Amino acid sequence: MHAYLTSTGLISPQRTFENDFSCGLQTEGAAILPAIEPDYRGLISPVQLRRMSRILKLGIGAAQLCINNAGGLQPDAIIVGTGLACVNDLEIFLKSIIETGEQSLSSIPFINSLHNTVAAQVARILKIQTYNNTHCHRGASFENALLDALMLLHEKEHKQALVGGIDEFSMHYYNLLPAKVVTGEGAGFFLLSHLPAGKNSVKISAVRTFYAPGEDFIARFLAEQHTPVHQLDAVLLGMNGNPSDDAVYHRLIDNFFPPDTRLITYKHLCGEYHTSSAFALALAAHSIAAGAFPAPAVFKPGKSAKPQKVLLYNHYQNCNHTLMLVTG
Amino acid sequence: MSAVYITGAGMISALGNSVKETLLALREQRSGISPITLFDTRLKHIPAGEVKCSDEELLDRMDIHSDRDTYTRTALLGLTAAKEAMRMSQSSVDKQRISLVSSTTTGGMSFHEKNAHTIFTGTTGSKYIALLDCADAAQKIARHFGISNNITTVSTACSSSANAIIVGARMIKTGMADKVLVGGTDALTRFALNGFNSLEILSPDGCMPFDAHRNGISLGEGAAYLVLESAAVAKPENILCRLSGYTNTNEAYHQTASSPDGEGATLSIRQALETAGLLAADIDYINAHGTGTWINDLSEGRAIETVFGTAIPPVSSTKGYTGHTLAAAGAAEAIISMLAIQHNLLFPNLRFTAQMPELSFTPQTTMEENVPVNHVLSNSFGFGGSNATLIFSRP
Repeated sequence: MHAYLTSTGLISPQRTFENDFSCGLQTEGAAILPAIEPDYRGLISPVQLRRMSRILKLGIGAAQLCINNAGGLQPDAIIVGTGLACVNDLEIFLKSIIETGEQSLSSIPFINSLHNTVAAQVARILKIQTYNNTHCHRGASFENALLDALMLLHEKEHKQALVGGIDEFSMHYYNLLPAKVVTGEGAGFFLLSHLPAGKNSVKISAVRTFYAPGEDFIARFLAEQHTPVHQLDAVLLGMNGNPSDDAVYHRLIDNFFPPDTRLITYKHLCGEYHTSSAFALALAAHSIAAGAFPAPAVFKPGKSAKPQKVLLYNHYQNCNHTLMLVTG
Repeated sequence: MSAVYITGAGMISALGNSVKETLLALREQRSGISPITLFDTRLKHIPAGEVKCSDEELLDRMDIHSDRDTYTRTALLGLTAAKEAMRMSQSSVDKQRISLVSSTTTGGMSFHEKNAHTIFTGTTGSKYIALLDCADAAQKIARHFGISNNITTVSTACSSSANAIIVGARMIKTGMADKVLVGGTDALTRFALNGFNSLEILSPDGCMPFDAHRNGISLGEGAAYLVLESAAVAKPENILCRLSGYTNTNEAYHQTASSPDGEGATLSIRQALETAGLLAADIDYINAHGTGTWINDLSEGRAIETVFGTAIPPVSSTKGYTGHTLAAAGAAEAIISMLAIQHNLLFPNLRFTAQMPELSFTPQTTMEENVPVNHVLSNSFGFGGSNATLIFSRP
């Protein structure tokens, strides 16, 4: 199962909404990397904008950017992956329950707190009455949404799927993190098609998510894709600066990937969050199209051929592991 | 479509702790909607479908003795139903070919509420962070059964587990898996009670679906899981019924209301019939979404009229028994639909008093036994216009 990437819309801690990754990436990061938001007035009608919570603005904004970048092409499926969904609205409603002793509550934060709010609002604004789904599965949320889209396109009942990965920063969640890593947020939408959009269309060849898998799951995945590890032109790793998380990647660098493998990292650019893989996918797709990875993302240069076969590997607290194979 | 079989089912709700107990309560026309007794809320006077087992009892029932404080009620309900479903399905399938599609809307909210003070001040221990999101219940279930490939959690409000069933069925159809555990779990929470109360759609005395005097939803809690298997691995003697059609659509109309003319529901029912290759006349029973709100029952009723015309099959909503179990509702009603087929039963709609003046039909009000039930259509509609329809058939 595979799909072709028609366009991307990305709002992230980098100025990616303007000109994807050619924007000059900033690496002088703070502990928390907030998304740099576009002027939404060009993307969302003023009436709707006034009523929207922040995560809705991020989500609808990125979805609209993606549609605009595809020349207005309309999807026939909308699928969102989000680890914590509308966590800040949830917090507002829960706090109001506690503070008021369950009396005279406004329904607005309750409605805004529903996990499928972004996917539903994208459907309502674009008037798309077909397939609509939301996956909320921690560090595998976005990849599960992608997998859902790949299945839909494979069945050929749908032709264009709009797939998003969205999470917003939550202070109370951040405070509970066992190890403080650079934390980010963002909204990335991708329009996927069962047919290539052009000659140079980037292809998502395979996506797989794992929960507490055995040792050899990456080797098995590559074997299924008939892609020997030495054929990979680059590997994107979800290193986040936490030694115990990064040890998982270092074991692979030392024992699995050949020494000349080009290694790319990205969480110093977008921060850690449940759907940071959406940022990684956008980065991989951009770099395949551009023929090179932006310098601030290169962890180890390795071989210098134009990237054509790229593996993305991310894990969340060594529990959710995800793999994507993206090809030029 | 290539065949997707149901070979296991497990359910816990206000009706009981197993599929067997569920069937008994349905046969006795016994509602599980009653006053809330297990937690404190100002809305205690509003009855709900509460599972009358404390968290401690659920832990004991499952022999969980370590880290008992890391199990949310959502996860405990989910584990209970998932274990029953997996026990029933005896096939031996390669672990690499098994997946899990769970669903929830409240996730760890029951834990969140109890510990809000320490969570918001950041003094709750970090080990509890995993209990706050939607993935926790699915990962506990996955760990219990050693499932590691393609585990996900769907959350599309009240249609969540219907959509989980659809994702699981597509995993089988596309050859990604041979066996998928699918379903949903939700615990009653002050959050959901107050949320629905803020929308002024909670029934003060028990829901009355498709009744002229209906006055809102009764919330419920519970979990329901099914085992889906491909034709390649399902043993004929284990097959309970077949998932013959399904659809997921979005009404794209309003965040919390369906259109009064039932446009979205009509689309959902029609497309499900199409995927099943069935005609409206083939459906023997409709297990309606039937929440008992003014707008849902009007909209769904009109959609049923639009699709079925003057030959409307028996219709009932079983939410008068279980309450609206939110994410679990689609899978719970899938199991009830399966029971209708297995036992040739039609379950009456409880608390019916008067026909809705807008509709040409009344719901089924008597228990019918020994009627042929070969195809059942089950609707699940959620906030955000997230509509799903499933069709179950005799294998």
